[in-house]
Amino acid sequence: MTILDRRPRFARTAPGGGTPTRRGPRRSPRPAPDLVAAVLVLVFFAVALAAPSALAPRDPFALDLVNALRPPSAEHWFGTDESGRDLYTRIVHGARQSLLIGVGATVLSLAIALVLGSLAALAGRFVAGTVNRVVEVLFAFPTLLLALLLVAVLGPSAWTQVVAVGVGTAPGYARMIRGQILSARNSGYVEAAVALGHPRGWILRTHVLPNAIRPLVAVFALSVGQSIVWASSLSFLGLGVAPPAPEWGALLDAGKIYVTQAWWLTVLPGLVIVLLALATTTIGKHIQSALEKGEK
Amino acid sequence: MTRTSSSDLELSAAVGRPGGPVPPTGDGGPPPRLGGRLGLVGGKLAGAAVVLLGAATAAFAAQAALPGDRATVILNVRAGQAIQRTPEELAAINEEYGLKNPLVVQYLDYLGGLVRGDLGTSYQQHRPVAALILEQLGPTLTLTATAIVLAWLLMVTWVTLTAGRGPALRALGEAVDTAAAGLPHYWLGILLLLVFALTLGWFPVIGGTGPVGLLLPALTLAIPLAGFLGQATRAEFERSLAQPFVLSARMRGMGDAGVRLRHVLRHSVLPAVTLSGWALGATISGAVVVETVYSRAGIGTVLVSAVNAQDLPVVTGVVVLIAALYVVANLLVDLAYALIDPRLKDA
Repeated sequence: MTILDRRPRFARTAPGGGTPTRRGPRRSPRPAPDLVAAVLVLVFFAVALAAPSALAPRDPFALDLVNALRPPSAEHWFGTDESGRDLYTRIVHGARQSLLIGVGATVLSLAIALVLGSLAALAGRFVAGTVNRVVEVLFAFPTLLLALLLVAVLGPSAWTQVVAVGVGTAPGYARMIRGQILSARNSGYVEAAVALGHPRGWILRTHVLPNAIRPLVAVFALSVGQSIVWASSLSFLGLGVAPPAPEWGALLDAGKIYVTQAWWLTVLPGLVIVLLALATTTIGKHIQSALEKGEK
Repeated sequence: MTRTSSSDLELSAAVGRPGGPVPPTGDGGPPPRLGGRLGLVGGKLAGAAVVLLGAATAAFAAQAALPGDRATVILNVRAGQAIQRTPEELAAINEEYGLKNPLVVQYLDYLGGLVRGDLGTSYQQHRPVAALILEQLGPTLTLTATAIVLAWLLMVTWVTLTAGRGPALRALGEAVDTAAAGLPHYWLGILLLLVFALTLGWFPVIGGTGPVGLLLPALTLAIPLAGFLGQATRAEFERSLAQPFVLSARMRGMGDAGVRLRHVLRHSVLPAVTLSGWALGATISGAVVVETVYSRAGIGTVLVSAVNAQDLPVVTGVVVLIAALYVVANLLVDLAYALIDPRLKDA
């Protein structure tokens, strides 16, 4: 997971690299099964975010010490924790905080990346060079390390998690946006526009920026899942939202001492995070390939 | 070698970093000229120095940015409780850490200390950070090195077996790469622990420092890394398989395994070699999580407790150290490049 985040997946080569695209009969517009599954997962979590009680009517904080550490059963789908709280209910109710941290971190990260990336690509020579150096230096730091440094300064909390993950993941995206802008600027259509004598600002607005920014839609989808994984890593280390809040990383943190007695307390919240990350990645990839098709 | 614009982008996002040999990415840089070798080496060293200086500056900025009066914070961290301090107590701390000096002076002092190998003094333990880190560095470096070796073994085996063998195996190979690369360390660690240590009983639950205890934590780091490197290698592997030199090797009567291992592999690991230098830093930070899962001693444990206590000199000490390792790793990667790709020796 540490590694994945640095290389935004939106720009992955098609299988087989440079092989010519197959020109078979036109595919029917039936959506791919992985996309359907991903959307279903996302819809579930959207409902969990908006109205958790519709999916899990119990109280996520209700103690039931008689039924502590029960394995998954028909009564408790995901088992119960050390105080007898229902894990399924807690995961559903924790979705709001986990998702908001993930989305918040992504918005912050892309906003920082957009500013730094544009400066590094478009500003005057001195500013662009300096910003580019700063981005490169920040990129040398592993995301988690940068995030930990920020947590150390700001102290652990949900807001710190948003800032730490947002800043930690920004350098990679800033590099990517810079590359996008530069490759758009060096393209044939921009050269043509320059040759036609269009003003610089107009070319930037109508050609360079739209082409550089469009792929960010896909990146946004990919990044939300990754941000949730990073944020939950911080909580897992005990440096994020503190238990007993049902935020997913906090569930992992609380469950890790019981790993030998109650596997479900760590495996199931982890599975939920992986599923969600997989779903956002799948959707991001499909958006990306749809955008690429549109360009051809 | 023609690339699509999207793969250019992928490479410039992932591979084109200071130090590593950068493939033409449309970044606008001039192509390396023959005979410019001295300049190239000088440029690499300068790039390394900039990264180190940047790391040191970030480390200093983080210490200076600690909210509140720093002397009070230091005393609170040291005592583990937040109470009002007398001016005398504060004055002593201000004197000890030179906190009343102008920031520029403090910054230069800090840089000077770093040059002498002085990473500062822990707020909490009142000991030199360098000593604190050195004590715990061994296990983490062992873990990281083992993980990278394991990742390469897994990746090379998997890619050699599955790449360029028809669409079904390609799809399977890619799916496994992607899934492996996306696994969070904490989750994978817990799964491996549950399956191999608790259910099967092949490994001790609390690893210890022996080679047996090392394997599960190293595997936890290696599997996502192998997936990540595999993604970079697979596309290149399939591209290399279509090259004329493969055909000519086959015409000379070389078997499929020989072609794959002797010719294709050598061409296709270049992106993964470049990524490995960077992956070292990511793997060390992954080790932070893995050490927590397996209750191993190491830098990770030191770092997590220091972050928890806001013991900033320790945190920044680890940051500076990892930046230094990153720089060394990238210089090694450049060396490995010259060994793998003879064309670069003459450049």
